[in-house]
Amino acid sequence: MATEHVQPAEVWTPIFGRLTLDWIPYHEPILVGTFGAIVLGGLILLAILTKYRLWVPLWKDWITTIDHKKIGIMYMILGFIMFIRGFADALMMRAQQAMAAGGAEGYLPPHHFDQVFTAHGVIMIFFVAMAFVTGIMNYVMPAQIGARDVAFPFLNNFSFWMTVAGALLVNISLFVGEFARVGWLAFPPLSGSDFSTGPGVDYYLWSLQIAGVGTTLSGINLVATIFKMRAPGMKLFDMPVFTWTTLCTNVLIVAAFPVLTATLALLTLDRYLGTHFFTNDMGGNAMMYVNLIWIWGHPEVYILIIPIFGVFSEIVSTFSGKPLFGYKTMVWATACIMVLSFVVWLHHFFTMGSGANVNTFFGITTMIIAVPTGVKIFNWLFTMYKGRVRFEVPMLWTVGFLVTFTIGGMTGVLLAVPPVDFQLHNTLFLVAHFHNVIIGGVVFGVMAAVTFWWPKAFGFKLDDRWGKRSFWFWCIGFYFAFMPLYALGLMGVTRRMNAYMDSAWQIYFIVAAFGAGLIALGIASTFIGFFVSIKNRKALACGPDPWNGRTLEWAMQSPPAPYNFPQEVHVRGRDEWWRMKQEGFQWSEIYEPIHMPKNTATGVLIAAFALVLGFAMVWYIWWLAIVSFLACLAIGIAHTFNYNRDYWIPESDVAKHEQKGALA
Amino acid sequence: MTMLDTPLTGRIEGPAGPAHSADHAHASPTPIGFWIYLMSDCIIFGCLFATYAVLGYGYAGGPAPHDLFEPGFVAWETALLLFSSITFGIAMLRAEAHDLKGTTLWLIVTGLLGLGFIAMEIYEFNHLIHIGAGPDRSAFLSSFFVLVGTHGLHVTGGLIWLVTLTIQLNWKGLTSANMQRLSTLSMFWHFLDLVWIGVFSFVYLVRLV
Repeated sequence: MATEHVQPAEVWTPIFGRLTLDWIPYHEPILVGTFGAIVLGGLILLAILTKYRLWVPLWKDWITTIDHKKIGIMYMILGFIMFIRGFADALMMRAQQAMAAGGAEGYLPPHHFDQVFTAHGVIMIFFVAMAFVTGIMNYVMPAQIGARDVAFPFLNNFSFWMTVAGALLVNISLFVGEFARVGWLAFPPLSGSDFSTGPGVDYYLWSLQIAGVGTTLSGINLVATIFKMRAPGMKLFDMPVFTWTTLCTNVLIVAAFPVLTATLALLTLDRYLGTHFFTNDMGGNAMMYVNLIWIWGHPEVYILIIPIFGVFSEIVSTFSGKPLFGYKTMVWATACIMVLSFVVWLHHFFTMGSGANVNTFFGITTMIIAVPTGVKIFNWLFTMYKGRVRFEVPMLWTVGFLVTFTIGGMTGVLLAVPPVDFQLHNTLFLVAHFHNVIIGGVVFGVMAAVTFWWPKAFGFKLDDRWGKRSFWFWCIGFYFAFMPLYALGLMGVTRRMNAYMDSAWQIYFIVAAFGAGLIALGIASTFIGFFVSIKNRKALACGPDPWNGRTLEWAMQSPPAPYNFPQEVHVRGRDEWWRMKQEGFQWSEIYEPIHMPKNTATGVLIAAFALVLGFAMVWYIWWLAIVSFLACLAIGIAHTFNYNRDYWIPESDVAKHEQKGALA
Repeated sequence: MTMLDTPLTGRIEGPAGPAHSADHAHASPTPIGFWIYLMSDCIIFGCLFATYAVLGYGYAGGPAPHDLFEPGFVAWETALLLFSSITFGIAMLRAEAHDLKGTTLWLIVTGLLGLGFIAMEIYEFNHLIHIGAGPDRSAFLSSFFVLVGTHGLHVTGGLIWLVTLTIQLNWKGLTSANMQRLSTLSMFWHFLDLVWIGVFSFVYLVRLV
């Protein structure tokens, strides 16, 4: 099955650029099958939309919406869809490595295998983890600070659609051409034009660049929201911890993502204009790329985990029925991690040869990060101590996280020791370490957050049994899937191997594949759980505050009205909603008109043309690139000529919403 | 010059700017949002400056700064851009005095100065490419072209914005929404001026000494 890959010949025509029929992989059964399934699924979706006349609501209520809650939900949907794609890649890799021992070739040729591990990394980080945390921050943070929306609602819609455009471009590469074969960070010179000739790396560059615009703007938006949109009376140290972690995360986004933009732009220029930033000749320096990309890349992993620390803080204090232990230390620990994340990047390449002094510096800074992280772990433990802990599903994920993440953190400290790293660099030990913290941290946190805030978003709880099944499959599956990789890494097995000769390793890979199978059951349980809960939504219906929460989002109706709060909340301190409940708070029944932004199609239109622009650039279709770029510009400028962007919700509508909410 | 904006942007309030969700109790988030954007843009320039610092000596046997840069030419470019900041400042003062004609006039002067700057830059780039010192000649020239060119693209974007806004000013008048836009563009324009001072010093001046 593993055949030698033949790259289609480079031809360029004015109309289609370098895109020829040879680039359509109709001879690869896996891809044709996937394509068929997606087309079938798409047709069924179109039929359902048409049958139930959902086209207009879809456009009016969702695609053009500027409501932070709906945008948050759409980010989560994007995350789950891309999660299926990324996980399918993971299963393919596990299956390949379980088979390809002692001279066997497995079923994936190297050309395909290399695309799979690249796509897996890119998709999981940029379009799954980022989509999830951005979605959660978007949904929860404005509500926690008592705001009606984010600071720039239109920008929020635009950011989301740019992320979608990037995700679509990655997926188009599956059926038109190929994806990069260079690993998720695309180090040159391998990713330069000398060694990666096809469109793969260009797909990588343009999709990340387009999605990156969305991420940066979303970061700016959320920082401005926290600074300017807090309810009257809410001082910075009155903010819920999740809002604090959102602030730190978005400061990191604003500070780190421009570095990614610049770095990828330089690599793009190397590939398109023949510049010499990262080439081996003419004065270029490939290590410059490695430095720059990790100056973004290390803060990026904290961008993913810091909001999750906030999620667990909210969950632990809610389900322990206590205020969070050490609120201020939690905030300062988060801020310390935020700053330190910028001074550790070199630990990703100790083996580059910067010398003992430089390596020592970065080794020590890396170990220091374990201190504020340890503070957090103990804060969570002390919050639970002597609390009335309710082991509901979000709390299960939290305990799973505490154990798993601590193990992952400790292997991280091991890797921070430069001499140890020289042994373990680029081995499966590293792969096990970062999956340990990303799955044990980010994924567990996202699952906890989804279970925790689902009732807020939809007015009913998620089914308990399927939630528990999901947790146990995930948790046990994780250990089966990644503990063998630690062992293999210690044996010196390098990452990203298509096949290996030593058949003694095979049993570990088979155990890992078994673990991946358990995780698949966990994911299936999650989706079945969604399905079952939606079916039984009447029985699972709950009030606006099902967990006895402490922060302002639980003061909204479930699902919340478009304006979030019928009246402005005046905040007097931390855990304001808890205090309001103690005082027997009731909303006033005298309503006033509420000022809200209007929906707009500008965001989705610009993003659609950005997608076309990316596609045209990948395939050197210059005329189309120019046209779509001008279209983006024209739509953007036309948008600024619209001065009529807001409206008032009359008090009668507010009253209607509130009555409906009271009945639910 | 950037100080000019501060009292003005502080006073602009209400729903008329690009941000609309604000209740009336909230001051507009636009100034701080745009500041944060400028800081993130600043980091892009920071990366390009760092790249120039690291790769700027990789001549690969090709021309060095001494062979290419002409101090007189760059001084004129700099003068155009610096004067355009002053004229933008005057336009802001006219706008605060509710003088639409004066504002428009000084914005046009600003635009022409910016256009002159861009024209000189295009001329310089064109000249360099013609004598075989294009961005593909060496790492030094790659980093030079991209740093200076990125600044030039920003100025071009600023010019498009300036033209658009001048039209809108004459369409809607000096409303609070337009005043907010004007002060935001002013921040952008002065920011580009500041970046150019860095370019002038580190790209040209230091390498000629």
